[in-house]
Amino acid sequence: MSDKSHDPNQMTGAAMIVRALIDHGVTDIFGYPGGAVLPIYDEIFQQSEVQHILVRHEQGAGHAAEGYARSTGKPGVALVTSGPGATNMVTPLTDALMDSIPLVCISGQVPTHLIGNDAFQECDTVGITRPCTKHNWLVRDVNDLAKVLHEAFYVATTGRPGPVLVDVPKDVQFATGTYHPPRKSDVHRSYAPRVKGDATQIRKAVSLLANAKRPVIYSGGGVINSGPEATKLLRELVEVTGFPITSTLMGLGAYPASGKNWLGMLGMHGTYEANMTMHDCDVMLCVGARFDDRITGRVDAFSPGSKKIHIDIDPSSINKNIRVDVPIIGDCGNILGDILQVFKAEAKKPDIKAWWQQIAQWRARNSLYYKKSNDVILPQHAIQSLFEATRGRDTYITTEVGQHQMWAAQFFGFEEPHRWMTSGGLGTMGYGLPAAVGVQVAHPDSLVIDIAGDASVQMTIQEMSTAVQYELPIKIFILNNQYMGMVRQWQQLLHGNRLSHSYSEALPDFVKLAEAYGGVGLQVHKPSDLDGAIQEMISVKRPVLFDCRVAALENCFPMIPSGKAHNEMLLPEQANDEATAKAFAGGKALV
Amino acid sequence: MNQPASAYFIEERHDPNETHTLSVLVQNEPGVLARVIGLFSGRGYNIESLTVSETEAQKHLSRITIVTTGTPMVIEQIKHQLDRMIPVYRVVDMTQTKRSIERELAMVKVRGQGEHRVEALRLADAFRARVIDATTESFVFEITGNTDKINQFIDLMRPLGLVEVSRTGVAAIGRGPEGM
Repeated sequence: MSDKSHDPNQMTGAAMIVRALIDHGVTDIFGYPGGAVLPIYDEIFQQSEVQHILVRHEQGAGHAAEGYARSTGKPGVALVTSGPGATNMVTPLTDALMDSIPLVCISGQVPTHLIGNDAFQECDTVGITRPCTKHNWLVRDVNDLAKVLHEAFYVATTGRPGPVLVDVPKDVQFATGTYHPPRKSDVHRSYAPRVKGDATQIRKAVSLLANAKRPVIYSGGGVINSGPEATKLLRELVEVTGFPITSTLMGLGAYPASGKNWLGMLGMHGTYEANMTMHDCDVMLCVGARFDDRITGRVDAFSPGSKKIHIDIDPSSINKNIRVDVPIIGDCGNILGDILQVFKAEAKKPDIKAWWQQIAQWRARNSLYYKKSNDVILPQHAIQSLFEATRGRDTYITTEVGQHQMWAAQFFGFEEPHRWMTSGGLGTMGYGLPAAVGVQVAHPDSLVIDIAGDASVQMTIQEMSTAVQYELPIKIFILNNQYMGMVRQWQQLLHGNRLSHSYSEALPDFVKLAEAYGGVGLQVHKPSDLDGAIQEMISVKRPVLFDCRVAALENCFPMIPSGKAHNEMLLPEQANDEATAKAFAGGKALV
Repeated sequence: MNQPASAYFIEERHDPNETHTLSVLVQNEPGVLARVIGLFSGRGYNIESLTVSETEAQKHLSRITIVTTGTPMVIEQIKHQLDRMIPVYRVVDMTQTKRSIERELAMVKVRGQGEHRVEALRLADAFRARVIDATTESFVFEITGNTDKINQFIDLMRPLGLVEVSRTGVAAIGRGPEGM
């Protein structure tokens, strides 16, 4: 026998994959076996350091890994087979790319000699996933595998985080080669994300902030991605400056919803005060957000009189949609620290009393007002009740996409980062249930609730089975209005109330469905029964499908109508038929 | 204004377009060209011309020269989007530096007899194009220069019996002693 056989770093490609996961501190992965990953599953079987969660569909693995990543700050890992396994990952990969979630996907591939032959379960995985990953690799030589795996983890978690994919042909999984632990030289020399902000730009920013009369801080998911230090510094900056702060959907929780400077979320379904503050401000500090079209509304009327400071780690976010005056490229935690240091040394808290008085007037409009009913549960009321019932508990919220998502963002107050998992950029219906599975795996003793809609939840309902198998007591809180609510809302507002295919015909009996999966089903119709039912849901230590029957035709307001500016919001009390028709005047257009 | 009923911003901005030549230094690895081209097609950017070849084999470096058009905001986006790709080392806007030389090579096939043939040869001489293939009724000219010069030559050949053209696309390099 040669000496090499005693070298502990000599191993098969499949063993290298498991070893690399362990070396990167991965304790849980989400996956689904298949022909092209069997060698890896064989390795997984023979060890106990990495726990594998078997999902019911690869999309579920991807979203679960996203939920895991978003709630922990660590990368999420998914393992899928070739062909359909890989194509089913396209949605979660794109979702993670849009929301900057660190995800490492390992996919099996047909053996190298069959690549390009239209082999069974072959697809061009790296070709298909190239535009929906931050980077991807096809590994043709087992001796490149360790380097690629380490680089994959590095790329996914540094700079602007994002999904990566490593495609490993089956013969490479079987082949024996040399493994090495992570080392610096594993990374492309061309990849060097900037962390530290430019000192001159930071001084310019501080000078703008110090002389602001009508300032606003607009923070985003980047602050949460940057880590706990960034959140701490953001809160300190708000304290030191006394500025009002709003946030994007992705940024909720970085500043506590109970904080006195909190304006609520901004954007299409943001609060009136947040959007008006953005529109009329004279200095805007954008931290880790990207001026998305749901935030800006009409671009040429977006905050017309303000000087804009933009902190982002990704240079391509700067000046993409909105021209800014002081761009600062780097990690927002790092830059917030520098800004605070200079501000504290050289500036005084600006006097912005008049600005706060103005904001108080906007707040008084009470833009999240809705009329409670004794007969039927209003969806907003349901979210508020859920929020009250979970206050003080260790709670994580995921959502699907639609009206319920916006109501959750409006009415559920987040005090801490990493507690709110939602599909912001891609808007993936079906995200919330598997994401909740991932969150619960990461936080087995916490209360994990997926706020869902009756339509969205059916897109990935099969993951109930995963939750039951692994005894993950996730709570699926369905706001059941028997419609694809947001689609219907747009049809009502924009398409002459022609409700084309937005009614949820033939809904399943969610209680029976829960029981069929081995979970618990609850249903509530009356407002008076709601609180009790929520308590029951929380106390059950099993997966629950909670069928909350809500007012069918309630719509989500306030709302910035088509092509309008922030100061042209439609408030709930104005949302009668006539005003709505006027606000949305014009023809139809494809969205 | 009669805005279409959509929550998207549907109006387009109509800033004037500019043409820029970008030099992109990349790690020469499988798929790198597909990444660059996919970025352009995926985000709706224009490619007027694209040349690519390995330039330093030992370091596995390739140089891609892209001629693109867009509004100043789009050009800035293109540069940032290229720069953030993992295998991209550097992106230099040769047009912005105003200190670059651009060359393109074309092979131009012309078919004709008599006075047309003589005239084609005479013009080729004036443009310093070389004859690299000849038959009794045709020439293939090789011409090097910037894009305008080559366009002009091709236009002149058209009435003289232009058959076909093969062009390399633009390659660019900065003036002076420094590399990119």
